[in-house]
Amino acid sequence: MIIPKLALRNLLGAGIRTWLNVVVLSFSFVAIIWTQGYIEGMNQQMAQSKIQSEYAGGQYWQEMYDPFDPLSLLDAHAPVPDAIREMVEQGEAAPVLVIQASIYPDGRMRSILLKGIPPEQDVIALPSRFLQREGDSVPALIGGRMAKSVGLEIGDTFIVQWRDAGGTFDAVDVEIVQIMTTSVQSIDSGQVWIPLDRLRDMAEMKGEASYIVVAQDREDLPEAAGWEFKDLEFLLADVRAIIQSKSVGSSIMYIVLLLLAMLAIFDTQVLSIFRRKKEMGTLMALGFTRLRIIQLFTMEGALNGVLAALVAALYGIPLLGYAARKGWAMPQGVDSFGLAIGEKLFPVFGVGLVIGTTLLVLMVTTIVSYIPTRRIAKLKPTEALRGSST
Amino acid sequence: MDKNDIQQDEGRMENSYLIKTDQLVKTYPMGQHVLKALDQVSLSFLSGEFAGFVGPSGSGKTTLLNILGSLDAPTEGSAQVMGEKIEDLSHKDAADLRNRQIGFIFQTFNLLPVYTVFENVEFPLLLLGLSASERKDKVMQALEWVHLADRAKSKPSQLSGGQSQRVAIARAVVKKPRLILADEPTANLDAENSHNILRTMVKLNLELGTTFLFATHDDKVIKYLRRKITLYDGKVARDEVYDAEPTREKTS
Repeated sequence: MIIPKLALRNLLGAGIRTWLNVVVLSFSFVAIIWTQGYIEGMNQQMAQSKIQSEYAGGQYWQEMYDPFDPLSLLDAHAPVPDAIREMVEQGEAAPVLVIQASIYPDGRMRSILLKGIPPEQDVIALPSRFLQREGDSVPALIGGRMAKSVGLEIGDTFIVQWRDAGGTFDAVDVEIVQIMTTSVQSIDSGQVWIPLDRLRDMAEMKGEASYIVVAQDREDLPEAAGWEFKDLEFLLADVRAIIQSKSVGSSIMYIVLLLLAMLAIFDTQVLSIFRRKKEMGTLMALGFTRLRIIQLFTMEGALNGVLAALVAALYGIPLLGYAARKGWAMPQGVDSFGLAIGEKLFPVFGVGLVIGTTLLVLMVTTIVSYIPTRRIAKLKPTEALRGSST
Repeated sequence: MDKNDIQQDEGRMENSYLIKTDQLVKTYPMGQHVLKALDQVSLSFLSGEFAGFVGPSGSGKTTLLNILGSLDAPTEGSAQVMGEKIEDLSHKDAADLRNRQIGFIFQTFNLLPVYTVFENVEFPLLLLGLSASERKDKVMQALEWVHLADRAKSKPSQLSGGQSQRVAIARAVVKKPRLILADEPTANLDAENSHNILRTMVKLNLELGTTFLFATHDDKVIKYLRRKITLYDGKVARDEVYDAEPTREKTS
């Protein structure tokens, strides 16, 4: 126990030199956890938003349905199978019919996806209740990005033209009843949501759907011929790919921050080995072996990490806690990059992140502290006492 | 007294030496040449001596002190300190010998700057694994010896040169070693402080029986020595004993 005791005594005795190191290292602690927490928060928020607003517990896709192939939509529809209809009636699933259409806001043509959804559904967090309206014109719900890009506001009407199941073109007036704010671009851009029954009538696709969203808590999922169930693992593959690509960048940032922190420790250690040579000689004269001196100097460096963790906890816990509660207001342009983040980004500082980062920094600090001390192994007591180099 | 008695007496004398060197040689490579710092040095010291190596710079005083303190090893010959052959000691055993049996006093005091006076003096006891209360008693006793008990909480930077050297003495004697090696202990001190320090050392030598060996060319120190060994070019030039007690043996 003598080594940690002496190391702590040396460290505290060094005064301002120690505290400068500790403060710099604590900044790195907090900065690493801060950035990783925001990246983790962004990742979780992206996935969560997608789940809440689009995927819920998964989707049954009509076997021809491929959201990335607009041409397939012409054939990607079929009656909701009996096995799933029961779920729909119980409110545990929401069928969605998708057809290609064109709209003519201000006389300009624009290709869109016309989506029909039951207004009463609460399987996904889409404000479809606004579509519960009687009248001649078809009530429509669009997202904020779509409204902005085509210049539409609530109460505006425009013409929608589509081709029905028989291949005949038809058109109808549509009125915007609500503009929803959503961070999920894939339910917003280039999409117009109308009541499912109206779309089925318009497209002559009675009782049909392109895909069916299943509620999140639904466990036993029936098999349905002609329909394939896509679980969240499959549906979130794109989100995961984005996270994966971002994780490379975040890893680089992590390493850079870690290196900056380590530089301070390494610098101090290297300087110590040169400056404190006479002290090492004195320790040897007092009965210290070289190994014990190496242990002492390594421990001193490592204790910088421990003190930094304590200091970081002192101001980091309130700071990070505040950030996690209040979130970080995102610039308006961020969602146009396709990241489903929302107006505020809430960081997630998980136990794993905090403990993992702390252990990693402590481990790297110890290694960085040890490396320069290896020179001590070659040090002769008489040379050390003279303060000369080895 | 027959031949056997004489041999037994010689054997006892051999065993009673605290230090004995035999044909000690120390060389250092200097580029393509070899510098002979010590040349065939044979000396022996009894316990309780107050002796010093004197001579000009480069005569081998510090080298000899370093070897006797197990900080260095001889190139040839033998140095036996308290029964341990320095040339045979491992690094760890040499450290152990220094820790338990030898105290050092340096010209530049070599106090640990971040420690208080108390902690500096306590340091050797920490290595010996003594309990906190034992350490405190011994440290305060050592500080009393050097009249610095009231400065226990001071840092070395707050002390004068004389006070610093007295702390170094306290650190050297606190574990009551059998041997204290002092390398130019008064070189950085004024006359008054030098005499104070030396009187303290003499007192410790007489009261505790600790053997003191000096490396010095300071006349003030030389006046206090009871045995003076003059080194010149690494060889023993003269070995003089000034009084009868406690040092009696004269060897070369």
